[in-house]
Amino acid sequence: MIDVEIHQRIGNFLLDIDFSGGGGITALFGPSGSGKSSVIKVIAGLTRLGTGRVMLDGAVLADGESRHMPPHRRRIGVVFQEARLFPHLSVRHNLRYGRLFTPRREQRVAEGPVIDTLGIGHLLDRHPATLSGGEQQRVAIGRALLASPRLLLMDEPLASLDAARRLEILPLIETLRDEFGIPIIYVSHAVEEVARLAEKVVVLDAGKVAREGSPADVFRVAADRFEIISVVEGRLGKPNEAFQLTPVETPAGIVWLNGIIRPEGRTAHVLVHAIDVALATHRPEAVSIRTVLTGTIAGVPDGPGPSVTVDLTLEGGGRLAASVTRAAVAELGLVPGRRVFALVKSVALDERPV
Amino acid sequence: MPDLSPDAWIAIALSFKVAAMATLWGVPVSTVLALILARGRFPGKALFDGIIHLPLVLPPVVTGYALLLLLGRKGPLGAFLDQHFGIVFAFRWTGAVVAAVVMSLPIIVRAIRLSIESVDTRLEQASGTLGASPVATFFLVTLPLSMPGILVGATLGFAKALGEFGATITFVSNIPGETRTIASAIYTASQSPEGDGEALMLSVIAAGIGLAALVASEIIARWFRRASS
Repeated sequence: MIDVEIHQRIGNFLLDIDFSGGGGITALFGPSGSGKSSVIKVIAGLTRLGTGRVMLDGAVLADGESRHMPPHRRRIGVVFQEARLFPHLSVRHNLRYGRLFTPRREQRVAEGPVIDTLGIGHLLDRHPATLSGGEQQRVAIGRALLASPRLLLMDEPLASLDAARRLEILPLIETLRDEFGIPIIYVSHAVEEVARLAEKVVVLDAGKVAREGSPADVFRVAADRFEIISVVEGRLGKPNEAFQLTPVETPAGIVWLNGIIRPEGRTAHVLVHAIDVALATHRPEAVSIRTVLTGTIAGVPDGPGPSVTVDLTLEGGGRLAASVTRAAVAELGLVPGRRVFALVKSVALDERPV
Repeated sequence: MPDLSPDAWIAIALSFKVAAMATLWGVPVSTVLALILARGRFPGKALFDGIIHLPLVLPPVVTGYALLLLLGRKGPLGAFLDQHFGIVFAFRWTGAVVAAVVMSLPIIVRAIRLSIESVDTRLEQASGTLGASPVATFFLVTLPLSMPGILVGATLGFAKALGEFGATITFVSNIPGETRTIASAIYTASQSPEGDGEALMLSVIAAGIGLAALVASEIIARWFRRASS
């Protein structure tokens, strides 16, 4: 359990933040320059806390006055944007570096499973300079984990990687979260990453906490309809190899994702942009859209513009936002309590968001 | 070609002994000073830097005279060391080592400082978050990554110590077998009518050793550049 309270000027920027994170992944989300990395540095002890308090599992790490535990005593691991591997050491010795300083009884994370999960077994004798960006970042994650940290901070660990490498590492972070039981604070400005990984999202804006809550709650509210996002949870089903589609089974219906995604049975979070959802009052037939979810209308906001974001409660409890014109609302009689079918374009749900 | 006299061989051997000891003491001291200059932030840093570099710009005889005043048997530090530890530098070969250390320090410090400054501090931060104390980080990250500069500094410092003359002769004089190094031997030979041949031979040897050290330091630097790219 981490409790963070920071009130301080960093550069020409005022940080005024108060949040806490539990087990699992807590995401710090916001545009660049919103103060995310500064928060990470204060938690790690790399920046001295001005006013406030940082507590981990009930112990005060820094109080802005007399108490400032130096970074090497905090046992808080950091995965930086750049891998920061030690260039004079092999991958193996990079991985074992933190172990040198971890008391034996606190070495909770074993080398074998970490190396297997990250798929870096074949790299152990190589030097960092000979690794690709994705490989370097995987080693950096392994290095941080093997110090058996009490908390792991990940500061945009995928930002310096291309889309393909990102897709390769994202599932690994998911596995780490589930397997090693180390709480993680994950910094990102990518909605897809945050919605997929985090249990809790803290949205930062200009050095302040703008919103916090579950990904589904946080991303449902946005000023611009293009930014409104719903998160639908389901289980990965058996992929359809012939058509290159993978079903995600939810109580409200099956969401079809482009591409073959495994493993079967894993929980998946699917991102749906409100502008990619259409509504129908009868189950549509003979349409190209494959994904149809059933639910009831929870709310239709009043508004002056031509379109509104209709809030649905999906069968089984999920929420879904649909951006439709007010003309459609009037014509179809979309009022709260009305049972509707939500049509979601499957091309909007490619492998990227899963 | 005239043969070298036994005294000349003794001077060469002594020079190597003095230069080796001076490098052995000079490199660790320089590493600490370079670290302070590269990473430290304190008032008077420019003055501190200036004092270390002073022997580079002073006439060597002034440095030697300062050492004599400070470390001579009647000097404040020299008297203290003599009385409490029985350590005497004046007119001993160990004094030649001290003079060589002081004179080569600026060169070694400069090489190591540049190397330390080129070490990415973000790696040191990463080391800290993995649990390494600042001291452990220095020995496991900063020092190994500064190795090219340390080796280059050591080689240049060795060459400088080997050729040191002015401060040495002022501080510890020119005693055959005790403080007469190659440079002093050349000076002595050049002052006597029949010493021309020996002075020339020793000068060629001194130039050869100096050149070898410079080439070695360049090869070391190049080798490290290639290894790290």
